[in-house]
Amino acid sequence: MLAKRIIPCLDVKDGETVKGTNFVNLRSAGDPVELGKLYSDQGADELAFLDITASHEGRKTFTNMVSRVAATVNIPFTVGGGIGELKDVDRLLNAGADKVSVNSAALRRPELIDEITNHFGSQVCVVAIDARQDESGRWTCYLNGGRIPTDRSLFEWAHEAQERGAGEILFTSMNHDGVKAGFANEALRRLSDELCIPIIASGGAGCMEHFRDTFLLGHSDAALAASVFHFGEIGIPELKHYLKSEGITIRL
Amino acid sequence: MKVAIVKYNAGNIYSVVHSMKRLGVEPVVTDDVPTLRSADRVLFPGQGEARQAIGYLREHGLDEVIRSLTQPVLGICIGQQLMCRHSEEGDTDCLGIFPVDVLKFRPTRHEDKVPHMGWNMINSTAAGNFVDNSFVYFVHSFYVPVCEFTTAVTDYIVPFSAALHRDNFYATQFHPEKSGAVGEEILRKFIENP
Repeated sequence: MLAKRIIPCLDVKDGETVKGTNFVNLRSAGDPVELGKLYSDQGADELAFLDITASHEGRKTFTNMVSRVAATVNIPFTVGGGIGELKDVDRLLNAGADKVSVNSAALRRPELIDEITNHFGSQVCVVAIDARQDESGRWTCYLNGGRIPTDRSLFEWAHEAQERGAGEILFTSMNHDGVKAGFANEALRRLSDELCIPIIASGGAGCMEHFRDTFLLGHSDAALAASVFHFGEIGIPELKHYLKSEGITIRL
Repeated sequence: MKVAIVKYNAGNIYSVVHSMKRLGVEPVVTDDVPTLRSADRVLFPGQGEARQAIGYLREHGLDEVIRSLTQPVLGICIGQQLMCRHSEEGDTDCLGIFPVDVLKFRPTRHEDKVPHMGWNMINSTAAGNFVDNSFVYFVHSFYVPVCEFTTAVTDYIVPFSAALHRDNFYATQFHPEKSGAVGEEILRKFIENP
């Protein structure tokens, strides 16, 4: 059985992790490479690094960081943030990333997905979708980290992304993100049951039961979280033992 | 210890280079025949498409070279598939080191997604030397059926060859360079004592 995956996500600005951490045993809590290595040693199945820098100089710093992660970490990792064209993908894969995640640029110009998958294969292309559910129950996609609404529906866009060759969908529910009350399992289940590519749940992790629920109820293939790991609220070894004890296939 | 990594048109060779460096080995990435022949170990990794990969190897005479190597050789992922007789991917004749044909996964249930991507379990055959039930990292849409040279089996849609061994040729469908401590140990064994 394929194991469900646990993916810590690190936001990186100018080469430093943005959110603070409680890890006292790190020389520099702000070094994404060292934090990534720690998560990997603790049993994370994959890592995600999100570049939230806007400047050109910051991009270069991020690419250098990707090379250092590739040299240090022996599990797969995905990088995202500011990927707008094929040459960004080429640069990051060349630096040693296993996958790239595309978000706003793909929504604005969906052909980007075809270009990436034709050049590098579906397995490198994660399409990240930020969506919000309105009172009527409709899920709408947002651009620029949730700042600009679009007229695209979550499900319609996820299907198109799959048709265009996306290897995975990383769905963040803006309603659930930061609330720590669990993942958007109803929408995740619909995505997972309708699509034939893996679905990564994001937004809403607050306790270990939330991870169990997104695997069992949301049919998610992987779960991504940031602050619960960074602030030490949930330890990855404890989480994985708990999930295994709940009958979920997990790598220990 | 001289480790050579076969340079060809397949992607993601860097992670294998890094995995060697973490083991204290400085590998050379090369398509130079004397360098390949004189290395103590040869790695044949990569991600890519079988037909294009074989085309490139033939054009550069590397198909014959790989087949005739006598030191321990380790094929990884597409490397394992290229070492077989034929691949359904692009209806491609391969190197024929392992007399078995590579097939495409044909899922019958919705939850069996292709590519097979993520962490799955390997179990050693009698001929193998792997730790049972250890998880390793896979990314692939084609597979090598279980055959007399299978040294580890993974069950996904069908039981398939997660690893192969014949004479001086070793191969894994999974990526040991991305398989955490388990993968590092497999690579260490190959380098120190295949």
